[in-house]
Amino acid sequence: MMHAATLAQFQDDFVRTLRDPDRPAPPAFAVYRNTVMKGCIDALQANYPAVARLVGDEWFRAAAAVYARAHAPRVPMLLEYGRDFDAFLAAFGPAAELPFLSAVARLDRFWTEAHAAADEPALDARALAGLDPESLASLRLRPHAAARWAWHELPAYTIWSRNRNEAMVAADEPDVEWRPEGVLIARPDDAVRWIGLDAAGCAFMDACAAGATLLEAAAAVPAADLSGLLAKLLDAGAFTNGELR
Amino acid sequence: MTTPSAGLGLKPVHFAQALAAPADGLWFEVHPENYMVAGGPRLRWLEAIRARHPLSLHGVALSLASDAEPDAAQLARFAALVRRFEPALVSEHLAWSAAQGAYLPDLLPFPRTSEALARIAANVGRVQDALGRRIAVENPSHYLALEGHAWDEIDFLAELARRSGCGLLLDVNNVFVSARNLGASAEAYVDAFPGDLVMEVHLAGHSADPALGQALLVDSHDAPVAPEVWALYERLVARIGPRPTLIERDDKLPGFAELMVERATALDVLRGRFAQAA
Repeated sequence: MMHAATLAQFQDDFVRTLRDPDRPAPPAFAVYRNTVMKGCIDALQANYPAVARLVGDEWFRAAAAVYARAHAPRVPMLLEYGRDFDAFLAAFGPAAELPFLSAVARLDRFWTEAHAAADEPALDARALAGLDPESLASLRLRPHAAARWAWHELPAYTIWSRNRNEAMVAADEPDVEWRPEGVLIARPDDAVRWIGLDAAGCAFMDACAAGATLLEAAAAVPAADLSGLLAKLLDAGAFTNGELR
Repeated sequence: MTTPSAGLGLKPVHFAQALAAPADGLWFEVHPENYMVAGGPRLRWLEAIRARHPLSLHGVALSLASDAEPDAAQLARFAALVRRFEPALVSEHLAWSAAQGAYLPDLLPFPRTSEALARIAANVGRVQDALGRRIAVENPSHYLALEGHAWDEIDFLAELARRSGCGLLLDVNNVFVSARNLGASAEAYVDAFPGDLVMEVHLAGHSADPALGQALLVDSHDAPVAPEVWALYERLVARIGPRPTLIERDDKLPGFAELMVERATALDVLRGRFAQAA
């Protein structure tokens, strides 16, 4: 089959046949179509485990096949495959009744990004302890390379964290409370972990990421909550040394 | 790996057991593409394994048989891992997987022409220059009888090795699967393979195609090594002597202990125990 004058012509023709199921090919050619598709779907399932657990294998693999037909991997590091799967799910008709699914996919992506991010030391609360008030106020805290955070108008974080863990959700676990919530995912001590974060905490992280001083970033947070929030973020590995080298 | 021994393909679920395994001569093989990350625990796990066991990097994405040079960024990432982990073995495939800016997660075939041979020899040369070492190139699995082959596969591989200086990785399961699918003799292939070029041997399981059944075997790496493949392996080792041998399993992963049992079987063949008992 597929006689071609040159290697380049053969490969062009082969790729066209791979992508177009209506192009004639011998029955055994299906092995290549199946293997390429299975490789893409398996990679998406590995990268989006909470989404897959929520919707079940069959639904997930059908949706992943639709995605894979439209978006081939660009690089061989399949950990990176499906970066825009959350946007795909947001526009995917069959997911319309699951308005949190896209946000859950984004949190799965955050987990992978936190897992594979560059190594750098996490800022320790002790590094701040010796600073006088003026130095503290002008300090610019830099988010750690592994830190990701988001605020959602839906309880996406609760739904995601219940489906991200291998453990089964207990039968007596209360129903998900339908409210807005935020999350911070980071990698303190080389393991990916997450904490719930309120709207002020997310705004604080946004301000730090934009290069604000601690005084400027604190404008987003009620004064009484600031030291508690800072302690919680430092404990979660949200920042790296930045100016404190 | 001065004394050829048997190793296992390493998957993240088995990291803790792999690290703790005290077995003599045990080595591990990984796909480098899964460790091309900026940082994080994956690299730390692999460093911990490498501190205790020899490591082999088995690339699946340099696309040596593309009508193009290997992607420079991909090659640089591969070279960085080779520098960092100093693996005992490095290997790739006689196949292609990159086309038109996309990565196709498979190992695709091509007609063995003199044009392809020149292109692949140049690509292997580039890879060896970038990595600063000799690599082993693996024989593929075949599902289709392609038109336009000008070279027999073994002659093609031997000539590729002669031109580029590379070695070969003989995947015995690929030989069995290809021979069955194309109606050739697996024994004749194993007997004719140039033993002095073999740097590594792979053993894996296959399965019948879900649609076509036994008429088409798929190199699925999702089952134990088949008895016929063990027989071919014994035949190979009896002729060329022991070589580092890998048990490959990429899907439907069993427990670590089950893989160690398959590895022990390979070790028995390598040490000639079956021959002595017969």
